[in-house]
This record gives sequence, C-alpha cells and structure tokens, in this order.
Amino acid sequence: MNAKTLVQILLLFSSLSILSIGGGNTVLPEMHHKAVDCYGWLTDKQFADVFAISQAAPGPSILIVTMIGYKAGGVLGAILATIAMMIPAGLLVYLVSRVWEHAKNSPVRKAIEKGFAPLTVGLIMASAWVMSKAADHDWRAFLLTGVCTAIFSTTKINPLFIVATAGFIGWLGWV
Amino acid sequence: MSEKPTLVELALTFNHIALASFGGGLSAWSREVIVVEKNWMEDEEFLSAVTMCRILPGANQVNLAVFVGVKFRGIPGALAAVFGLTLIPVLIVLALSFFYFQFHEVPAVKGILKGAAAAAVALTLSMVVKTGRKCLVGLIPVLLFLAVFLMNGIARWPLLACLSLLAPLAVLWGWPKEKKP
Repeated sequence: MNAKTLVQILLLFSSLSILSIGGGNTVLPEMHHKAVDCYGWLTDKQFADVFAISQAAPGPSILIVTMIGYKAGGVLGAILATIAMMIPAGLLVYLVSRVWEHAKNSPVRKAIEKGFAPLTVGLIMASAWVMSKAADHDWRAFLLTGVCTAIFSTTKINPLFIVATAGFIGWLGWV
Repeated sequence: MSEKPTLVELALTFNHIALASFGGGLSAWSREVIVVEKNWMEDEEFLSAVTMCRILPGANQVNLAVFVGVKFRGIPGALAAVFGLTLIPVLIVLALSFFYFQFHEVPAVKGILKGAAAAAVALTLSMVVKTGRKCLVGLIPVLLFLAVFLMNGIARWPLLACLSLLAPLAVLWGWPKEKKP
C-alpha cells in the first residue's frame, strides 16, 4: 500500500474526528463524499453495506472507519484510520474532563449535573426511537422490544442472557 | 464508591461493555456496568458525562471511555479504557471487512442481529425507565425530557440545535438554590 493513501487516511479521519460534534454519525455525509466521490476507495453500495455491518458489530459504531481504512489501505490503513478517528477528539475530552474534575464543588457543575439528567434521559429515549426506526422494526420486533423492556425494567436477570435469547428468536426467524 | 480501578480493570470493564453491546445499546450497557455493577459513578454524574461526551466531537462511547479513564487514572487510564473498548471490536470488524470484500457478503447473521437489535432497543428503553424514575420528578424535568425527545428523536433536529435551546433552561433549573438563613 502506498504512502500517499496512508497520508490521505490519516488527514481525512483526524479532521473528521474534530468535526464530529454530536457523535460520529454526524460526519457520515462528509465521510461518504470523500471516501466514495473524491478518493474512490469504495462504491456507493459498499459504503452502505459497511455502514450496516459496523452498526451491528459490537463496540463503538464509529468502527465504520476501520472498514473504510481496510478497503483503502489494508490492515495498516484500518488501524491508522481507527486511531486517527479517536486521538484528536479524545484529547479534547481529556482537557474537558480535567476542568470538570477541578470544578467538583462549583455551582456550575452542580447545575449541569442536575439539569442535564432529564435532557440525557430524553436523548437516550430519542436514540432508542431512532435505533428502532433504523432497524426497520415491524410489529413482531416491537412486541419483542416491549417484552424485553418489561423484563429489563422489573427483574434482575442478566441482560446478556435476554439479548442472547432475543438473538436466538431472531435466528429462528420469528421477528 | 469502591476502590479506584486499576488500568487492567478499566480495560477489562470497557471490553466487557463493548462485547455485551452486540446489536447496539452501548449507552445502556455502559450504565449497567459502570453505575449498577461497578458503582464507579452515581447516576447524575454518569448522565451528565454522557451528554457532555455527546456534545464534544468524537464517537460518544470512545469519549465516555476517555472520560471515565481520566477520572480514575489520568491519561494512562484513558488509553486503557479506549484500548479495552476497541481492541476486540476492531479485530471483529477487520475479520468482517475481510469476508465482505472477499466474498461480498457476511456470514448469515441477519436474523440473529434483528432479534438482538430489538433487545438492545429494549435495554435502552429500560435505561430511560430506571434513570427517569429518579430524575423525572416534577413538572420542569418532565417537560425538558419531552421537549428534547420530540426535537431530537421525532423531528430529528441536530443535537446542538436542541441543546442550545434547552441546555440553558436546564442549567437555570438545576442551579443550586441559595439557602436563606
């Protein structure tokens, strides 16, 4: 794999890292534009497919960049893309969390912690909604979601067991 | 709170969170492990960290790993947490990439994923139920909750637009009241 591609990978993903305010998914259009239209690393269809695969795979959904990096520059490209996507944003989080620790007893921190709690619960609810739309759920999947929600909310059964059971139900083709 | 976790414990814990989130629901798994199982943070601290990690650029879950890692062990802690969160998922994604670009399809896991995704949505909803019980007491927090859900979830406004409207109100509401003598 040539050095030029590796440099392109490094520059593209480290700049996307800083631009991805609000989460990795916000830079997908730009990522698509560069990787498909500008560099021709993969086709439209391949981009859609690697997006779906990376969403379903365990771990952070941003690992779509690992797959794009792999296609563009092999295993080295994959690793470089992943690291480039994490370091710049990670440094910023580091700085903010240092300030946050120092502000332990300030009223600003108390106000943010108290005030952000209901907002976060609303945002989590929004992501459950969006996830369910993205997975194209029909009534059977909604029923399964409802039953699982009741189990998670009212019992102490290990969630992993429930997720595995739901996966098994899916494997049987019932949802 | 329990003892400060070691670097190895941070890496193993985030690895556990990452692998459990097969099919999605990483936020809910993070709370399940960090708040409930390990008792490393209180709900309020955890929830505000989640939203800050969303506002800052970068993948939310990677950011949360950095945040928790730094809190306990500084930069080495952040590296350990991120390493734990991403190592095995990256290997899995590499293997999937190889299969996909070689054979143009992934081994048949579609049905399993569909079921697992339904349960991941459920786990996320149950996080809403469990954390909501504690913080959605009173009219104002319920209104804040509904407003951000409608704006971000239903109307699909960008996160920053929703928060620039609602965060000032939320902080104003959350400001500690002066105790009058």
